[in-house]
Amino acid sequence: MGKFFTSVRLKEDLCMGCINCIKRCPTQAIRVRNQKAVITKEFCIDCGECIRICPHHAKEATYDSPEIMKKFEYTVALPAPSLYGQFNHLEDVNIVLTALKKMGFDDVFEVSGAAELVSEMSRKYVAEHKEKWPIISTACPSVVRLIQVRFPNLIEHLLPICAPVDMAASMAKDKAMEKTGLPREKIGIIFISPCPAKMTAVKSPIGIDHSEIDGVLAIKEVYPILLPLMKQSIDDVEELGISGRIGIGWGSTGGEAGSLLTDNYLAADGIENVIKVLEDLEDQKFDQLEFIELNSCAGGCVGGVLTVENPYLAKVKLIRLRKYLPVSRSHLASGVAEENFWTDEVNYEPVFKLGKDMNESIANMSRVEELCEKFPRLDCGSCGAPTCKALAEDIVRGVAKEQDCIHILRDYIHKLSEEMSKLDRLI
Amino acid sequence: MSNTIHMSYEVPANDFTRAGEASSSLKSSLKKMGVNPEIVRKVAIAMYEGEINMVIHATGGKIDVVISPEEIEMVLKDQGPGIADIELAMQAGYSTAPDNIRNLGFGAGMGLPNMKKYSDEFNIESTVGVGTTVTMKVKM
Ligand SMILES: Nc1ncnc2c1ncn2[C@@H]1O[C@H](COP(=O)(O)OP(=O)(O)OP(=O)(O)O)[C@@H](O)[C@H]1O
Ligand code: SF4
Ligand code: SF4
Ligand SMILES: [Mg+2]
Repeated sequence: MGKFFTSVRLKEDLCMGCINCIKRCPTQAIRVRNQKAVITKEFCIDCGECIRICPHHAKEATYDSPEIMKKFEYTVALPAPSLYGQFNHLEDVNIVLTALKKMGFDDVFEVSGAAELVSEMSRKYVAEHKEKWPIISTACPSVVRLIQVRFPNLIEHLLPICAPVDMAASMAKDKAMEKTGLPREKIGIIFISPCPAKMTAVKSPIGIDHSEIDGVLAIKEVYPILLPLMKQSIDDVEELGISGRIGIGWGSTGGEAGSLLTDNYLAADGIENVIKVLEDLEDQKFDQLEFIELNSCAGGCVGGVLTVENPYLAKVKLIRLRKYLPVSRSHLASGVAEENFWTDEVNYEPVFKLGKDMNESIANMSRVEELCEKFPRLDCGSCGAPTCKALAEDIVRGVAKEQDCIHILRDYIHKLSEEMSKLDRLI
Repeated sequence: MSNTIHMSYEVPANDFTRAGEASSSLKSSLKKMGVNPEIVRKVAIAMYEGEINMVIHATGGKIDVVISPEEIEMVLKDQGPGIADIELAMQAGYSTAPDNIRNLGFGAGMGLPNMKKYSDEFNIESTVGVGTTVTMKVKM
């Protein structure tokens, strides 16, 4: 799989070229060309903002259909904790888990169970790595990708521990292999996901060389299937849950940081807020913090674009659901921690670079500044780029031209018609 | 000079919400130019401290930046009250910031020492009643 995968796609026939999305994309990854939105995949961090904003529903996330279960002899569902926040009056997580089995999965493995192990590992890691404070959480793949392309100085602060979903996937696979005796490829580990970024993380993982996840289903597609099955499950609920308050707390903002049992942390959510925090962090505007939890979606994972419930209501529901659970129900067995640290180095990917060396960069940046002087600085978006400066950079990169600016084009047409009339008089 | 680029920034007076705009704009340009991340960090920290000083202690001013393949030069010029005793001002922990500014988290007296620490060449000239000019260079 290529290094730059993105799971956001355009439904061309629905796109009106209205430029709403180009203005909202936090990495300026979208342009409108020939009246259709185009994503530069190197720049896209899969935050889903464009899916949220598009008034014509022309942007969609790619994920698998439940049909994928048929490809395997034995399947395990990995529900994200945010799934539990989608249902009204849910009192017992086991109802959801039982319904997942009724849906056709042979087994379930709660991601929140693995999250409790990640919390345990993180507590130890944070305590032992004061020199890396503040340590930045790596559970949100959009945040990790953003740091990798835009905040090179913060890479060393990343928590080098597998995200709960990846840890859950490898544990679930081992468990299934042991139980069934089937080979690895006959077992399907299927994540029930709140967000498209997880799909990307499966296809091009960061920090690990491959993910054990074999398929990703969207919460919003599983939700209507589960509702009737949950009703049927109420009378024969199976005891399948393996997580407590800590694990389920991961589904919304502050849950991960709170599980570290320190109050010396910061938790920010919503991609614009995340960027502000990263900018300040890079300038060392706050020190002495131990941990920074960042979630690209407002509210945390419950705010993912593949969910159905309002994220803030989902958060309330998670809090209610957790209330009577034990603090934590999954604990590290020996050997598990060692297997779940990142194995691959994360390197800076300077995708936004304007030149191949400093001389070329200076020349190109001068040209950008020159062009900006020419443009009206209205950032009107009519050229298909989000700002005049972005258009200038596109021109320098060779993917746009000056006349794409309608104001320049107008002046140009003006000049042409003046010359025509001069010619006219000469005849 | 052929291969240099010049950027200039106005720093408005008394506007804390905008303080830091110049250094973050420069930071973003340097990253796009592929400048080594460690150098970007030094420049951003040094310039931010200078920019904040112009807002807190002077009445805003102007920052001129010249980037060449060899170095990044920042000249921060203000027409503020000036500094009577530069040697004293340069001491770590020395600050004349009033309480309201300290409540915002500034006034540790670490700005100037950090600017010196993070730049490869540092020069400050100041005349009371006329203004202050800080020149910093960071080598590529
Ligand atoms: N541009 C300036 N104009 C006038 N006085 C200045 C200027 N820059 C610094 N000073 C004086 O020098 C002192 C020390 O500056 P420095 O930046 O080291 O500390 P600070 O600004 O007081 O606190 P900190 O930078 O840690 O928030 C200031 O308190 C102020 O009296
Ligand atoms: S928001 Fe973007 S994808 Fe949606 S219709 Fe407008 S230009 Fe097309
Ligand atoms: S998912 Fe986010 S980063 Fe990617 S194109 Fe859409 S808005 Fe931009
Ligand atoms: Mg200062």
